[in-house]
Amino acid sequence: MSEGRFSLGIDLGTTNCALASVSPDLDEPQEIVSEVMPISQLTAPGTVEERPLLPSFLYLPHPEEFPRTELALPWNSEEVFVVGELARSRGTATPIRLVASAKSWLCHQGVDRRAPILPPEAPQEIGPISPLEASIRYLSHIRDAWNHVHPDASIEEQDIVLTVPASFDPAARELTAEAAGEAGFKNLVLLEEPQAAFYSWIQATRGEWRKQIRVGEIVLVVDVGGGTTDLSLIAVTEQDGAVQLRRIAVGDHILLGGDNMDLALAHLLKNKLAGKASMDLWQLQALTHGCRAAKEALFSNPDLATCPVAVPSRGSKLFGKTLRTELTREEVEQTIVEGFFPIVDVSAVPLTRARGALTRVGLPYAQDPGITRHLAAFLKRQVSAAEDLEGFAQTGSSFLHPSAVLFNGGVFKAEFLVKRTMDALNSWLRADGGSEARLLEGADLDMAVAKGAAYYGHVRRGRGVRIRGGAARSFYVGIESAMPAVPGVEPPVQALCIAPFGMEEGTDAALPTQTFGLVVGEPVKFRFFGSSVRRTDSVGTTLESWAPDELEELDNIESTLPADGRTPGDIVPVRLHARLTEVGTLTLEAVPLSGDERWAVEFNVRGK
Amino acid sequence: MNDQTLSFFARLALAFKVFFRIIANQEYAVRVSGLGTDKRPAPVRPTSFKEAHPDSALQLLGLLQQDGRFIDFLEEDVTGFSDTDIGAAARVVHEGCRKAVREHFRIVPICSDAEGSRITLQEGFNASLIRLAGNVVGKPPYSGSLVHRGWRVTEVSLPKIADGHDVRVLASAEVEL
Repeated sequence: MSEGRFSLGIDLGTTNCALASVSPDLDEPQEIVSEVMPISQLTAPGTVEERPLLPSFLYLPHPEEFPRTELALPWNSEEVFVVGELARSRGTATPIRLVASAKSWLCHQGVDRRAPILPPEAPQEIGPISPLEASIRYLSHIRDAWNHVHPDASIEEQDIVLTVPASFDPAARELTAEAAGEAGFKNLVLLEEPQAAFYSWIQATRGEWRKQIRVGEIVLVVDVGGGTTDLSLIAVTEQDGAVQLRRIAVGDHILLGGDNMDLALAHLLKNKLAGKASMDLWQLQALTHGCRAAKEALFSNPDLATCPVAVPSRGSKLFGKTLRTELTREEVEQTIVEGFFPIVDVSAVPLTRARGALTRVGLPYAQDPGITRHLAAFLKRQVSAAEDLEGFAQTGSSFLHPSAVLFNGGVFKAEFLVKRTMDALNSWLRADGGSEARLLEGADLDMAVAKGAAYYGHVRRGRGVRIRGGAARSFYVGIESAMPAVPGVEPPVQALCIAPFGMEEGTDAALPTQTFGLVVGEPVKFRFFGSSVRRTDSVGTTLESWAPDELEELDNIESTLPADGRTPGDIVPVRLHARLTEVGTLTLEAVPLSGDERWAVEFNVRGK
Repeated sequence: MNDQTLSFFARLALAFKVFFRIIANQEYAVRVSGLGTDKRPAPVRPTSFKEAHPDSALQLLGLLQQDGRFIDFLEEDVTGFSDTDIGAAARVVHEGCRKAVREHFRIVPICSDAEGSRITLQEGFNASLIRLAGNVVGKPPYSGSLVHRGWRVTEVSLPKIADGHDVRVLASAEVEL
């Protein structure tokens, strides 16, 4: 029974986590209210406070660093690591012990996400942890904080909606679900963040949303978080006389967000100060905070030409040692507006630089900071996203024309940036012979994802409108063609579709007719691909070749056939079967041609 | 005591003072009416004063130091520094202390009227919220100019402190290895 349970939405963000809840004693969809639940955390040694956001930072202290009692939490007097505000503030002075951006590492295909690699390049004695473990600890902290306040409604028994970027690949979704399982959440579903933001908007309109968007419209959701930019398209359709929402496309994973903007300003001011004083990491952090405040002041007050920024010294002497500089409107416009939101033509493509061969292992940050360029590329790639929907024909367009836009993320508190993005989009629409898109008002930019997730957890029990999503991509297994080995030439690869685009949660894909040979007792690897644009391929479709941006290679998948009852080394023919679980993760199985056995096929998240 | 040698004018002044006090203060009037008779006035009950616990005060100092470098600011000698230097430091202190205070207290003005405007105080106004100054005579309603709008805390949420945490440490010394 889901009655009597809270619906909890958890936004496990790159830089901040948030928790919202819908109480079980609510009925009418129009009255559903998601409440933000503050999260207790250490804000200083020995000091616990409730804050609406839990910074997604983990600090691994030296045994001598804190007296025993100073890390105690109301629910655990023996804690040995720190999560939240104190972790973040300690980490600025001791970055080698700080785990940050764990979420970005969780979907980084170049590294082993179960290996203790965080903090990156940390000395071994620190006892590094894996990106998966970091996620488990954040979720466990949220679990304990909730349970401490709600001893009668333990979180393990409540309905949990955990959000993930729409652009997360199946392996990253799987790891996120695994982290939630390790934290003890039993009733879990995953929800894409832009969808959560959209639900939050629906909730905020108090039932008026049906008047604001009409059947036949396509809503673009632009979600710029602290560390990632996530794009989605939602179509408003009609079925049997009822309005239906369908998420028809998601963007690529773009590691680019508000933090990059503040850091860009901080580096600008650091260079300005360069002649006068040297600056350590701690001061750069303080400068970044100062820049964020100054940027917000300049954006919110159009009459302000400059805003002073002061950076204190680390020592106790403030006078004469405090660095003072100022951020001018021109600098903000040059750096943020021109740098991150350039007015470009829709034909613009995000710039890519060839990576140096000897780059250190780090996060694959977006190489082009121009969010508008990424947006243009997304809309062009998705030009035919609505083609198979009745009444959505956009013949002759060079890119997909959205009719409304919903913004999410603290970056867009600067209304100027909302306007700037709308201006860019509308200039493309006009040039392409379309009509202008309008802005959907009333979004809660900071808390929308957690609130929308809690709302979704409530309405999925059957009350209220739902967005139909399904698989955001179609998935393919790579088959290497048999051909004589030629040095320096990779054997050509074919891609066999095993899961179609839009496959719904809780459904099985058909079994393809093609078989693979699994070697008994040995792990066998397959290359694995996803496509966010090939939406008509069905199970069994085999691609001989494809355009470079049509298919994206994902983590390998692998399976090991147990040797029991078989001769090791024998080859067993199997077919690959895909299923999208209710939770929202993709599972793959190897099914032999005869018999009822099934073997798990797993995402290889150990890096390439 | 020199009560026996009060001059005429001193007595006149005293008479007026007592006169108005009798009018304004019922309890006082009762006590004066008992003078000269054998009835002794009821003894005035002493107000009990409670010792303020220093922990929250120390905690607040710690917060102001942590977020706004408040103690650093106060403990330094300002003489010898230019106003530009002091101004730069003041920005840090202002921004940080304001953040610390706003995070832990909800502070609202007592009077919403603009300072300098005329306001009228009806009988029964709360003297602990509103302080009269200047030509304080007569009876309510009083009319006067609002000099300071006043501040009042409506919510307090101080952090919880772990057992054994020493709130006297406002900022630990820091050593970089």
